[in-house]
Amino acid sequence: MAGYLFVAPQMLGVLLFVLLPVGLAIYYSFNTWNVFTGEMTFNGGSNYSDLVNDPQLPKVLLATLIFSGGVVVLNLSVGLLLAVLLNRRLPGVTAFRAIFFSPVVVSVVAWTLVWGFLLQDNGGINGLLSVVGIDGPNWLQQGPTAMVSVIFAQVVRSVGVNVVLFLAALQGVPRELYEAARVDGANSRKVFFGITLPMISPTLLLTGVITVVGALQAFAQIAVLTQGGPGVSTTVLVYYVFQQAFEFNNIGYGSTLALMLLSFVLVLTILQWQLRRKWVFHEE
Amino acid sequence: MVLALVACGGGSSPAAESAGGVDLRMTVWTSNKDQLALFDSIAAAYRAEHPDVRRITFDSLPFADYNSTLTTQLAGGNSPDLAWMGDISHDLIAAKALAPLTEKLKGTAGWEYGDLVDSVTAEFSRDGELYAYPFSNSPFALYVNNDLLAKAGQTVGKGDLSWQQVSKIGGAVNAKTGKAGFVIRDFDYSGWNMLGTVWPGWGASAWNEDGTQCGMNSDQMVSAFQFLHDAIYVDKSMPGPGVKADFFAGDAAFTVAQVSRATLLDGAFKYSVYPLPTGPSGKYSVIGQAGVGVLKSSKHVPQATDFLAYLTNPANAAKLAQYFPPPRKSLLTGPKLAAVNKKLSAAQLQAAVIDQLNGAVTLPNHTKPAEISQKGKAALDAIWAKDADIKSVLGKTCDALQPLLK
Repeated sequence: MAGYLFVAPQMLGVLLFVLLPVGLAIYYSFNTWNVFTGEMTFNGGSNYSDLVNDPQLPKVLLATLIFSGGVVVLNLSVGLLLAVLLNRRLPGVTAFRAIFFSPVVVSVVAWTLVWGFLLQDNGGINGLLSVVGIDGPNWLQQGPTAMVSVIFAQVVRSVGVNVVLFLAALQGVPRELYEAARVDGANSRKVFFGITLPMISPTLLLTGVITVVGALQAFAQIAVLTQGGPGVSTTVLVYYVFQQAFEFNNIGYGSTLALMLLSFVLVLTILQWQLRRKWVFHEE
Repeated sequence: MVLALVACGGGSSPAAESAGGVDLRMTVWTSNKDQLALFDSIAAAYRAEHPDVRRITFDSLPFADYNSTLTTQLAGGNSPDLAWMGDISHDLIAAKALAPLTEKLKGTAGWEYGDLVDSVTAEFSRDGELYAYPFSNSPFALYVNNDLLAKAGQTVGKGDLSWQQVSKIGGAVNAKTGKAGFVIRDFDYSGWNMLGTVWPGWGASAWNEDGTQCGMNSDQMVSAFQFLHDAIYVDKSMPGPGVKADFFAGDAAFTVAQVSRATLLDGAFKYSVYPLPTGPSGKYSVIGQAGVGVLKSSKHVPQATDFLAYLTNPANAAKLAQYFPPPRKSLLTGPKLAAVNKKLSAAQLQAAVIDQLNGAVTLPNHTKPAEISQKGKAALDAIWAKDADIKSVLGKTCDALQPLLK
């Protein structure tokens, strides 16, 4: 009984704020909801056929793939690189750790608004580029640069979390393994791929999962910086859900899209969890 | 999951209300202290006469999220009793979500329904029934920063300005001062319906009168967009996409904005106000409207309707006129408006408000305004590139909009 009482608050939270909303989203996805009158009509799954026939959805999924892929690859690789550099015993390294982590504690909207000003045509970035004679692009108004900009703003803000996790993992690698490798004549590359990476692979799995989920849920960056444009080039799935449900009042279709997003997250997480056997050290 | 939580929203508080009296709530998008104080004072006077109404609150929602917040409240069962509304009115009327007002307003002693200007009630009426009181009918005007023009050695003549002149003078101001020539306020390469203040000058419209046929690909519209494109890339009079310029902060020589925006003028520079410039099709005028309606989902429809009749009676309409150009013929004279408007003179109000109301068109408004706005924006983004094929982009814009025009 004590055990049940111990987990009860957490279970109540999961029930109220996870399972119940998911259940309601499933219910809404089979209905058309007239939000102006509150009238709910069963539509026999037409929201799901709309999903197949939505001409905009392939573009949205492509934008989601590019954004999430870019964020995950950069977040993990840059995070690991920074962690390796900050793991050295150098003067002032603690200050650098704080600097790289500090964007994480800044409000995402405030952070994105500042980047919006920096990236506008007559903004700070182009001002700096003009000093060295470069005529910078109109970052947020052209498809490719708009996507690069939102990825960059997202990575710079969130990479600090991965840096901290990687740093903790790196500091947990036994020194004697490195000493033994050196005695055996291993060079830095072999040490990194033969010892460091396998030893921090559980952390790589953790950061991989949370970075993928975080990238798929990124909303404020898009809403503030580009509103999904130009065209639909930066309209990622979670922003499309918001548009359909809360701007266009298609709550049934928005729920259907939200369930698709949930299924993507579930599949990717399960896939990563299953693949851990292949590459995570210490696992069977 | 957020979607599902919408359903968990609370309604009004019947338990509290059973203790004595009705609570009314009206959503508004203004956060102006003076305007809210005026609403509060009218509400206080009403409550003094109606002890059954315990409280009237004005719920100030941010303009940018107004429609989505209102619909979220409706979906969540937390409906306001009255709502200030703009382009969402078409959806609300089409969904039969608003209480009819005509009988109540006509039947209220001293309300003087016949005093309403017919042309301004059309936007909020269906089949002869009025669903929202058009309390603000603010024409768009051309504001001029005379100090910036003087710095650039430019002057505007006494007669009507044309769009070509505005762009030419604006280009000269930009070249001389680095400030913007002209801006269409609230356009920002996103709210493209604000360009509905420009294209009537070319005889263009976003769709036909009954809203069934897209007009974005007409020859007139192509000419209007060609003018705007040239203003950006040839005359350099209009700031391009991604460049911010606020007229009221002194960043531009001209702006098109509603007369009600005159409250933003703080005396930092000398200004003039003109009617909208003429286009190749001649003179035209455009108004932006806001109405107040009663939501059928309100738990107190009779009380809310009664309060609306009080809020908009001749005496209170005269008070509201200091901020919002009224829909009543009796109040529509330059001197009467000037008596309560401290920013513009009687002559300016006559020219910029009174003379513009007759025959004015509204900004493009249709059911599904948010979807039309977003789909139009996504298609029009391509037109703001330097080498854009304007005719082709406008054709694709119609391809995107036509399925929504039913």
